[in-house]
Amino acid sequence: MTSHQNRLVPQIRPEFEREVLEAGVIGDISRPLSPWERLAGNTLARRVLILVLLGAAWQGYAVWSQNPLMFPTLSETLATLWTSLVDGNLLERCLTSLRVLLVGYAIGIVAAAVLTMLAVTTRFGNDLLSTLTSMFNPLPAIALLPLALLWFGLGEGSITFVLVHAVLWPMALNTHSGFMGVSETQRMAGQNYGLKGLRYVMLILVPAALPSILTGLKIGWAFAWRTLIAAELVFGVSSGSGGIGWFIYENRNQLEIPSVFAGLLMVIIIGLLVESVIFRTLEINTVRKWGMQR
Amino acid sequence: MGRVLPFSTQDGAARDVDSGVLLDVDDVTLQYKTDDRLVTATYKVDFQVHRGDRFVLLGPSGCGKSSLLKAVAGFIKPVEGAIRLNGEPVRGPGPDRMVVFQEFDQLLPWKTVFQNVLFPLRARGVPAKEAAERARDYIAKVGLDRFRDSYPHTLSGGMKQRVAIARAMATEPEILLMDEPFAALDALTRRRMQEELLQLWDDVRFTMLFVTHSIEEAIIVGNRILVLSPHPGQVKAELNAHAFGHEKSEGFAALENRIHTMLFADQPTAPVKTTRAARP
Repeated sequence: MTSHQNRLVPQIRPEFEREVLEAGVIGDISRPLSPWERLAGNTLARRVLILVLLGAAWQGYAVWSQNPLMFPTLSETLATLWTSLVDGNLLERCLTSLRVLLVGYAIGIVAAAVLTMLAVTTRFGNDLLSTLTSMFNPLPAIALLPLALLWFGLGEGSITFVLVHAVLWPMALNTHSGFMGVSETQRMAGQNYGLKGLRYVMLILVPAALPSILTGLKIGWAFAWRTLIAAELVFGVSSGSGGIGWFIYENRNQLEIPSVFAGLLMVIIIGLLVESVIFRTLEINTVRKWGMQR
Repeated sequence: MGRVLPFSTQDGAARDVDSGVLLDVDDVTLQYKTDDRLVTATYKVDFQVHRGDRFVLLGPSGCGKSSLLKAVAGFIKPVEGAIRLNGEPVRGPGPDRMVVFQEFDQLLPWKTVFQNVLFPLRARGVPAKEAAERARDYIAKVGLDRFRDSYPHTLSGGMKQRVAIARAMATEPEILLMDEPFAALDALTRRRMQEELLQLWDDVRFTMLFVTHSIEEAIIVGNRILVLSPHPGQVKAELNAHAFGHEKSEGFAALENRIHTMLFADQPTAPVKTTRAARP
């Protein structure tokens, strides 16, 4: 601005054209990954490594603390787990728990589906769902157990009731927020095809909201597990044969601490299996394949 | 009014015929609500689209061109006026007016290219075999044969728009509605897509309503251009552009200028001066 002579003007340079090299001259454009790079990219391998490290830490601490009553070693726990599974009744207990769990989980999912479908199609349904979830979602399922015992008696009915309560609200909340998040363009595209009502929900909204629905399923599953174990710890035996929670409780009373750990380990193993086998497979074949989740 | 052109077929030879009005937009006023006000998007807009037209709605942002297209698609109800397709009033969205949106997420991510094109056909009740054949046909027409089994997230923006066009055309709608379909593409791809669209029109001779804010694109793509003024959208002119393609002739430039002055004529240039003068 001060002097006109100093104005910056880029120099005009000559034009040129060039031949590009053939790809063959440059060499390999892509190369296969080394085995190490491949292993590092494998999720399963990385997760197994984490498990091994955790196991080693457990074993190390238990050996160092020398207190088998309070904190048995991993090897001892695994041995107890093995004998309980083969000779004892742990497997049977697990199956009992899983059966009750699946019944409650299924009912919860169906109820959540009905509620959310109502919520996306009618305004009344929307208000109903919002009100109900804000009322009941914070309520711990276990707090309903005394009431459930009164209503359904000392048996599977009560546990199923609290399980449904534990699964229904988080599931409905996630599914609903998933539906709300479906992009306007995708909604219009679906309506443009002439889809209406249930067909519109099932063919457009459900797949489009699948990432949230899967999260809801996972959270529901975890809540169901917690609630089930807690309920079994509180009132133990239901209809003759108790579940895995009862197994833990019984063994604690008899100071069979390795068995307590074995029972807990069993819960963890089932959780890991469900997460890494069932939910992962579901994800890989849906939302990841479709590019909706990384 | 002479909307339907009388045409003679004495010589019996194949010739261009105008088979009359397909879409009649009759004094349509559109309004939408924001949180605290009611906004009029268009005011008494009327135009007629004939069969085989490449009819372009052109105007600056805020002229309600996209709202008009959505009203024709059936997503918005006019507060005044009527929209008639083949004489039948439009009552809601339907596959006889397929929309190609600007957004890339209009394809369903859980379906492959082929399934995406197939889906509206099946939803409409076209028998499986015929639907598959048609889907394959139109995917080939937009040149995506090799990507038939790919998922949308693996495609580029231009390819996604091609799929959307194939999907819309495969249902063989009465009219194809295109809402700035190439606006989100890079310039080179956009030019290619325009050429391909014209080629496709030459092949199939469908009717389309095309929304754009680019004067150049309007002249290239359209045979007839409706120029709209902003706030609220009103018809300013209806022009012919059938003579122009990608070649920039003198006539092209003249028309471009004419539309340019038309759109910017009443835009006040004063504010620039006043702000400068206002500065101490």
